[in-house]
This record gives sequence, structure tokens and C-alpha cells, in this order.
Amino acid sequence: MLQILFDALSLGSLYALGALGIALIFGVMRLVNFAHGDVIAFCVFALLWPSTDAMAIVFAGQLPWYLLVPFVLLCGAGLSVLCEIVVFRRFRKANPATMMITSFALGFVIRYFLLMLYSSRPKSISLLPTLSQPVEIFGARLPLLQLITIIATMAILIGLTLFLRQTRFGLEMRAAAENFSMARMLGVRANRVIMGAFALSGALAGAIALIFGSQTGTADIQMGASIMLMAFIATVIGGLGSLGGAVLAGFLLGAASVVMQVMLPVDARPFRDAFVYGAVILVLLFRPQGLIAARGTKERV
Amino acid sequence: MSHLSAENVSVAFAGLKALSAVDLQIMPGRISGLIGPNGAGKTTLVNVLTGFQTPTEGAVKLDGEALTGLKPHLVRRRGIARTFQGGRLFRDLPVVDNLEVTGVGLGMSRRAAIAEAEAMLDWIGIASLGSRIAGTLPYTDERRVAIGRALMGRPAYILLDEPAAGMSGPESKELSALIRRIATDLGCGVLLIEHNVGLVLGLCEHIVVLDSGAIIEEGSPVSIRGSEKVRHAYMGTTADADLPVLEVME
Repeated sequence: MLQILFDALSLGSLYALGALGIALIFGVMRLVNFAHGDVIAFCVFALLWPSTDAMAIVFAGQLPWYLLVPFVLLCGAGLSVLCEIVVFRRFRKANPATMMITSFALGFVIRYFLLMLYSSRPKSISLLPTLSQPVEIFGARLPLLQLITIIATMAILIGLTLFLRQTRFGLEMRAAAENFSMARMLGVRANRVIMGAFALSGALAGAIALIFGSQTGTADIQMGASIMLMAFIATVIGGLGSLGGAVLAGFLLGAASVVMQVMLPVDARPFRDAFVYGAVILVLLFRPQGLIAARGTKERV
Repeated sequence: MSHLSAENVSVAFAGLKALSAVDLQIMPGRISGLIGPNGAGKTTLVNVLTGFQTPTEGAVKLDGEALTGLKPHLVRRRGIARTFQGGRLFRDLPVVDNLEVTGVGLGMSRRAAIAEAEAMLDWIGIASLGSRIAGTLPYTDERRVAIGRALMGRPAYILLDEPAAGMSGPESKELSALIRRIATDLGCGVLLIEHNVGLVLGLCEHIVVLDSGAIIEEGSPVSIRGSEKVRHAYMGTTADADLPVLEVME
């Protein structure tokens, strides 16, 4: 039982962090950033730098953890901000559909860049192997990694909440996320807020890369896509633009996946995701605006 | 003497004249009124005065210096604030944050912005609402918060776009008292745009009547009440025969 709870929480953590990265950017510029998953993949491959050999030589990944973590987070934030400056900035006035397609295209650029360097064969990486040791909590044997995932996610969520509530930049970002044009009229610096959102979102992608990379032990250029899909669904269920909703829905999706994995008859388990998506459709039938509707999306200036 | 003025302002939207050759002056410490039937161009004029709309012709001047072409947030920094129809608060943010972010946008430090936000809510008399989420406020409180937001940074001029819309009699009386205090206590120049003509007649020293983009009459409340042209402009455009009641609201 406890095992199921921890499984749900750790899978939910991944989805919640992913959904948060998408919701942050959607909030300030109404962009559904489909390149987010590829930023995650990019961060995983950053662990292999500077080697591009067929045999994975983990270089950056061998750094001690206190250097490794900031390094990967910075890679994510850096790439994400670069995307904003080079690409998205030029599309700020475009309609949301155009921006979405732009983000798809950008995602492919990143993915094929990785493909060019590393080929499409998944590589096995051993990242912080000590983390796979089991620990015993209340009679349940859990991989240490799972525990760290959950704790790290909680820390990130609390940190982000404090940041948004307590800092000047956070205040500007909350206002901009709700009504960007009004915030701008009041003198909130648009460029800084948008770049900040991209940097945060990229750093979250880095965090996911670290967790996912050490969980799966592989680096695969496709690996961002699966998380991205679930994360996107979580932001929609949560109510596009609502950060709290995105996190909540991320955890719900994680829980639904794990519970179905356990509850479904054995023959049906391979189709687990179909059942999860079915549940998603049900939720959206009853609450098409999402669990927590962001007001900014309904009323625009 | 310092003043904010629109000089010979015209605005055309794709050939349609929204404003033609409008002159208007707002003085510090004085309440001026702007009335007119729907579609007369009142909000367009407010948009021109606050940088939201560039005039096709003419200029906006602050103490004789042209402001034309400045972006809204820069106009705001020069001390010309406005409210919007319907309040337009950040509805998911607490009341105090709504004011605070405006202060920050004006370049204040966060600490100074919080202090002023709290002082402002207190001055308006809604200090107890500070931590409420703006979207949950009743209509009238929402308007007062919007006015508080506009007063952040102590602007020299404030333009109120239909602050009393949808308010009951006693509620608009309370609002009326607040507007008077803005002029007398803060020395702010107020331009009041209202459908509630009674409120305008009771508050303003000088009233401008706009119809189809042009000024058809201006003067003291007494002269506006007696004006045949004003009566005609209103009657000619409203289906409801009872409107407007050209009576002074105390």
C-alpha cells in the first residue's frame, strides 16, 4: 500500500514538474511550448558532454552531485532562454496556434541536433548509482532515488511558491501571468518577466532530466516526448495557465497511472495509458475549463 | 499654471471619426466631468490622454510639453493615471498585491510599494480588504480598489472611466465622497467620465459634453442642466424616455 503511494507520488512529481514548466510559459505568453520535452532530452544528453562517442562516456554526469545538479539546471535554463531570444521573441504577437507550431518545429530542431550528435540508439548512463540502493521506511522497501525525487519535488514546489509570493520578480510574474497587457501598461518589464519564465521552465526541465535520467538509466532522444505529453495533459486538466492546477493535475495523473497499473486486470495493463486518457476525457467533459480555471485566459484585454 | 490638456485632438478609425478637434483641460485639485451618450468618444478621449491611443491629429500636453507618442506606462510615470471600465483588476491576486505591483511597475522598491499600498487602502477606507483575492470582491469594492491602484505613486491627474456604473444610489454617494477627497486631499486633477449624469452634475465644476466625437457643450453644471443641446443629444440616442435624469445628485 505504502509502495503504491510512493510510486504515485514519484511519478506524479515528474508530471507535476513538467506541467509546471509548461504552465509557467503559457501564463506569461499564451504559448504551449511543445519544445519543452526536447529541452528535457537535451539536458539528459548534457550529462554526456563533451563526448559524443557511440559508447556512452559519462563526463559531466561524473561530477559530484553539488556540481552536477546546478550544471544540468543551468543547461536547461540556458537553452530555454536561448529559445526565447532566438525564436519565440519574434512570434510574441502571433496567434497562439502559430506559436504552438513554432514550438513543435523548434522541438524537432533540438531533437535532430541531438540525433546528429548522438544517433538515435538509446545509451545507458549510470548516474549517481548509489541512489538506487533501497531504503526501508515503515516496512516498505523503496529505492532511495524515489524518496529523493519526492523530497526534491516538494522542495522545488515550496521554493517556487515562496519565490512567486515573496519576491518582486515573483509579484511581477504573477501579475503578468494573469493579464499580461495590463501588467505591461502598469510598467511591469515584459522582457524580463518572459525571460524569467523561460529560465525557470528550463531549470525545471533540467530537474526532470536528472530525475528521469537516473530512474531509467538511459539517454534517449525520444525521452522528453512521453513526459511532455503527460505534462501537457496535466496543464490542460489543471486549467491552462494555473500553476497550482498544473501541479495538482500532475500528481493526479501520476496517481491514476499507478493505481490503474495495480487495479486493472493483468490482460488490460498494457493498455493502461488508454484508461488514463479515458479518465482525462471524462474529467474534461465535466470541467472543460480545467480543475482550477485561470481567470486570465477567460478575460483578455 | 500646470494642467493636462488635449489640444485639437482628432482620432479616426479606418475613416470613421471617433473624435474631431476636441479641446479639454484638466486642472490639479479640480474635478472635471465628461459626459455624452454611448459611442460619443468618451473612452477614446481617455485613451488618447493616457497614451493608449495615438491621436490622428492634435496633441496631449502636460504643462505645455507634448506627451503624444509616449507609451501608456511612461505616461503613467509622468503622473497621469486612469481606471478602466469594469475595474480590470488582477483577479487572482490579493488586493494589496494589485496595488503593490503597480508601485513596483512605477519603479518603487518592493518595500516602498507595500508601504504605500497599505497606506492607500487605509486612506480609501478599505484596509480590511487587503488580503482578499481581488476576484472575490463585490462590485463596489472592486471599483474602489481600482481607484486605489490608480492612485499609487500619487499621480497629479486621475481619469476615472465610469467608476459608478452599476452602483446603487447610496453606493454612488459613497463613491462621490471619495472622488471629492481625491481632489481636495490629494490635490489631484480628476476627470470623471460617467453615465450617471446626476453624479457628474453634483461633483464637477466644469463639464464637457461629447456627442459623435465632438464637443457640443461645456460649462458649469447649471449651464449644462439648462442646455437644450445636451437634452436633445441624450433624448435623441436613448430609447428609454426616462433617461437621462438631469438632476443633481447630492
